[in-house]
Amino acid sequence: MTLEKREARRPWLLLSPALTTIFFLLVVPVIFVVVYSFWLRTASGADQPGFYLTNWAEVLTDSFYRDILFHTLKIATITTVLCAILGYPAAYFIARSRRNKAMLLMCLMLPFWISYIIRTMSWINILGVSGALNSLLLASGIISEPLQLLYNETTVILGLIHFLLPFMILNIYVSVEGIDETLEDAACSLGSTRWQSFLEVTLPLSLPGLAAGGLLCFVLGAGTYITPLILGGPTDAMFANLVFEAIITQLDWPLGSALSLVLVAVLGALILIYNRFFGMSQLMKGLS
Amino acid sequence: MSSVSLRNVAKRFAGFTAVHPLVLDIPEGSFVTLLGPSGCGKTTTLRMIAGLLDPSEGEISIGDQLVNNIPIHKRNLGIVFQNYALFPHKTIYENIAFGLKYRKVPAAEVERRVKDVLDLVQLPDLGDRYPNQLSGGQQQRIALARSIVINPDVLLLDEPLSALDANLREDMRIELKRIQEKIGITTIFVTHDQSEALAMSDKLVVMSGGRIEQVGAPKDVYDNPRSTFVADFLGSSNILSVRCEDADEKRVLVNAGRLGAVSVPREKATDIGVDTSAKLVIRAEKLCLVPADAAPDQRMSVEAVVETVDYQGQAVRYFVRVGDLQLQALNMIEDRPFNEGEAVSIRFRPQDCVVLREDS
Ligand SMILES: Nc1ncnc2c1ncn2[C@@H]1O[C@H](COP(=O)(O)OP(=O)(O)O)[C@@H](O)[C@H]1O
Ligand SMILES: [Mg+2]
Repeated sequence: MTLEKREARRPWLLLSPALTTIFFLLVVPVIFVVVYSFWLRTASGADQPGFYLTNWAEVLTDSFYRDILFHTLKIATITTVLCAILGYPAAYFIARSRRNKAMLLMCLMLPFWISYIIRTMSWINILGVSGALNSLLLASGIISEPLQLLYNETTVILGLIHFLLPFMILNIYVSVEGIDETLEDAACSLGSTRWQSFLEVTLPLSLPGLAAGGLLCFVLGAGTYITPLILGGPTDAMFANLVFEAIITQLDWPLGSALSLVLVAVLGALILIYNRFFGMSQLMKGLS
Repeated sequence: MSSVSLRNVAKRFAGFTAVHPLVLDIPEGSFVTLLGPSGCGKTTTLRMIAGLLDPSEGEISIGDQLVNNIPIHKRNLGIVFQNYALFPHKTIYENIAFGLKYRKVPAAEVERRVKDVLDLVQLPDLGDRYPNQLSGGQQQRIALARSIVINPDVLLLDEPLSALDANLREDMRIELKRIQEKIGITTIFVTHDQSEALAMSDKLVVMSGGRIEQVGAPKDVYDNPRSTFVADFLGSSNILSVRCEDADEKRVLVNAGRLGAVSVPREKATDIGVDTSAKLVIRAEKLCLVPADAAPDQRMSVEAVVETVDYQGQAVRYFVRVGDLQLQALNMIEDRPFNEGEAVSIRFRPQDCVVLREDS
C-alpha cells in the first residue's frame, strides 16, 4: 500500500471509535424515533405498530402545536438577540484585555461547573416569594406584600440568558481575539473615530463568531424544556415541553416522536442555512 | 506637510520607563529615521506621535500646533504598520478610499485620487482584489498608498520593510525613498536595520534603552560616533581601552598597548584630557590586512595572526589576534582571502580612529 493511500485512510481509522459510538447512540435511536412516529397509540395505552399518518396529521395541522412552535422560536430569538447585545461588549473586553485575560476566561467557565438545572433553580431563591429580592424589598419597606416575580415569560428569558450567555461570549471572544488590533488603529489614523473604526473593521470581521454564538444560543434555547419547566408559568411551555409531556407524562411515544422530529427538522433547517453562509468550522472554533 | 517637534516627551508604563524624556526636532519635508535595537522605545515614540499612546509627560507639536490633546483621527497622519494592517474584508480600492470617505471627498475625486496613488505605487490594476490575494511586496505598496492618499501632514512608518525578504526589501527601500522624495512629505521611519537607516535618512536618530544616543546626518553619525554604543551598533567596531598620553589643539596621542601610540586628530577626539583613560574605536572596515612581508606605507602597521575567516562573497570578515587582543576586520577580497593561521600585517590610519571618553 502506498504511503498516500495509508495517509488517506488514517482519518477514518482514527474517527472510527467516535463514528461507531455516534451511530449506535444517535443514528439508531433517531431511526427508532422515526419508526415510532408512524405507530399509533390505542385507547388501551398500547402502541400499535404500523404505518399510520395520524400523529403527523395532528402535529402538522393542529394550531395548538403551531402556536407553541412560534412561541418557542420567538423566545429563542429574543434570548439570542439579548445574549448578543449583552455578550458582545463582554467578549470584546476580554479579547482586548492584556493582563487578566486568563482569569476572565476562567470566570466565564465557572458556571459550567455547576449543573444547569441547579443554576436555573437558583433563580427561585433570588426571585421567589421568599427569595432574596423580595426579602430585601420587604425589609427596606419599599413593598409590604411580596411580589410575584417568577413563572412568566420574562423569567424564562432570564433563565435562558443565564444559561446561554457564556456560549455567546466564548464564540464572539474567539472571533475578536483573532482580529488584528492594529486594524482599528489603522482605521483611526485614516480619520474614523474609535467607534466608527469598530463598526467598519472589528464588527464585520467578528460576524462569523457572532453568527456561531447566535446559532448555538438559538438551537440550545429553542430545544430546552428545563427552563420553562422550572421558571415558566402554565402558558410558557415551549415546544420541547410538549415532547416531554407526551412521552414522560402521557406515555404517548408515537406522538412525542412526531413532535420531536418537527423540532429537529426546524432547527436542522436553521443549521443548514447557517452552514451555507459561514460553514461549520466556525462553530467548532468557539466550542474548542 | 509639517515639521514635528518633541519636547521632553516620555512614556512610562506601570513601573517601567519605555521612553525617557527626549527632545527631537524633525524639519518639514525631511526623512528622519529612529534607529535602535529591539525594545529601545522606537515604536513607543512613534505611537505617541501618532496619538495611539498618550505621553506621560512632554509636548508633541505637529506644524505649530500642540497635538497632545488631539485624537489620532484628527491628526491627519499617514501610518504604515509593520504588518501593513490592510482591511482583509475590503477590496484594495475600498482600503485606499477609506480615509477619503471620512474626509467627505466627492465620489469622482475619490476615484481619481485612488487611481493616481495606485499609479504612484505602480500597481494600477489591483483595485478589485482583496489584500490576501496580494504578495507581501504588493501589500506593502498598498499600505503606503492608503496612508498617503489622504495627503497627510506627516508619514509614520514602523519597520515597514522588515516583513519582506532580503531582495524585495532593497527594491522597496529604493521605491519608498522615490515616492517620499516625489511627494516631499515629512517622514518618520522606524527601523532596527542600520543599512536601511543609513541609506534612506536625511537625519538619523540612534536610540538605546529609551534614550537618544546621537542625532545627525547618517555619514556624520557613522564617521563620528559619540558613544561606544553607536560605534558598535552602526557597523562593527573594535573598541580598545587606551590611555591618553598627550593632547593639544591639533591631535590627541593615545597609548593603545600592542597597537602602539596612535595620534588621532582633535576633531576625532573631542573633550579628551591628558592622562585619562579613554576608548579607541577602529571600524572593522578601516582595519586592513596585508601580507606580513608587504612594504611599509604611511599607515600604522602591526603584526597579527588570522584566527577566523568568515567568507562573505565579495568581502570577508577576519578575526585576527595581536597578543592578547582580538580584532575584527572587514575587507574586500583583492586576489585571495587570507587563510586561518596565516601571519599578516594589519594596517590602519589614525585619522580613521575615534577616541571616546571612558564613560561614553
Ligand atoms: N503597553 C506596554 N506595557 C508595558 N511595557 C511596554 C508596553 N509597550 C511597550 N512596552 C515596553 O517598552 C519597551 C519599548 O518598546 P517598543 O517601543 O515597542 O520598542 P521597539 O519598537 O524599539 O522595539 C519594551 O521594553 C517594551 O517591552
Ligand atoms: Mg517596534
